[in-house]
Amino acid sequence: MPSDPALRVKALESLLVEKGLVDPAALDAIIDAYEHKIGPRNGAKVVARAWTDEAFKQRLLQDASAAIGEMGFLGRQGEHMVVVENTEQVHNLVVCTLCSCYPWPVLGLPPVWYKSDAYRSRAVIDPRGVLREFGLELDAAVEVRVWDSTAEIRYLVLPQRPAGTEHLSADELADLVTRDAMIGVQRLAAPGGRS
Amino acid sequence: MNGIHDMGGMHGFGPVRAEDDEPVFHQAWEARLFAVRHALGAWGRWNIDSSRHARELIPPADYLRMSYYERWLAGLLTQLVEVGLVTHEELSSGRPAAGAEKATPPLHADGLERLLAGSPSTRDVALDPIYVVGDRVRARNIHPTGHTRLPRYARGKAGCVVRDHGVHVFPDTNAHGQGEQPQRLYGIRFEATELWGEAASSREAVYLDLWESYLVRA
Repeated sequence: MPSDPALRVKALESLLVEKGLVDPAALDAIIDAYEHKIGPRNGAKVVARAWTDEAFKQRLLQDASAAIGEMGFLGRQGEHMVVVENTEQVHNLVVCTLCSCYPWPVLGLPPVWYKSDAYRSRAVIDPRGVLREFGLELDAAVEVRVWDSTAEIRYLVLPQRPAGTEHLSADELADLVTRDAMIGVQRLAAPGGRS
Repeated sequence: MNGIHDMGGMHGFGPVRAEDDEPVFHQAWEARLFAVRHALGAWGRWNIDSSRHARELIPPADYLRMSYYERWLAGLLTQLVEVGLVTHEELSSGRPAAGAEKATPPLHADGLERLLAGSPSTRDVALDPIYVVGDRVRARNIHPTGHTRLPRYARGKAGCVVRDHGVHVFPDTNAHGQGEQPQRLYGIRFEATELWGEAASSREAVYLDLWESYLVRA
């Protein structure tokens, strides 16, 4: 096979199709699903609902798989979910040091930095340093909890609801929620202002 | 195995570089590989643990040079040959072996929903928990040469049970064709000072999900 990965994958795909091992239409459907249907908007809806529905939030923190399942966002690489809540006192951060485990159904596929050797190696030993590189300086009094995804449990951070958003609907709130805040490398800013 | 993939706590990889407005896939081949990998999973010839292990077996120097999807490609090629779906000769010629019968793919586009639904790693096995929330435990100081999900940085360290996740497939056996051998899985909190020494912050902790046989009472 050629050494260029693009050529190698092309050669591999045509071999697999010729052998009848994969159906090209299924490949297109898989790519379409992860490019267009499964992404951080799902997680943002979960977060916005937790901010606006206290009973749902309690269910989410008690049994995230059941609560997220209610919203139809359980699935591959997110079969077993745990949600951890950021507060004034506690900041949560998610990593997978051994590979790149990430809650696909609620966040989509992980960004390159999440899969990078730098993030995987440092998030557990120097979380505040990593957060600083994302522009987040935490007060020394804040407790940092790092969740290393060593099993099939997938973690989602419930960010703090920004101030000044009391008048917003769940849909409007969902638009404020970022992927990075749900991984735990960002705090959400108040709309039109700074955090 | 004490491989390069077990990176938690290493130094020297530099800053974390985030990219603005990052696409889901950077190159078309990454998307094709991602899809091929998942479609082939429907043959049921491997599991998530053996797939992870195939990537762990990439020689360390190569692993560090490769991008994420290059690692996927290397692992996939190893597995394809290992399970006999494709031969070395077919990979090098790019053509099916002469006289090989054409197979029928197990996954079609209309089966996508089942693929996306995933498959739980919990097993309905009656196993009483040895530990309960609040117990002090220690991760065993073990160095298996095969697949394990107990990172080096936690071995020998003491922590506290914070959650009982129920009974899950055990990766250390499942990766090697030795069966699922389900065990209870616990969430364990380790203080940063326990993991990284007295100089670490007393306001930091790392949580790991660890199987019962990784643990002893502390």
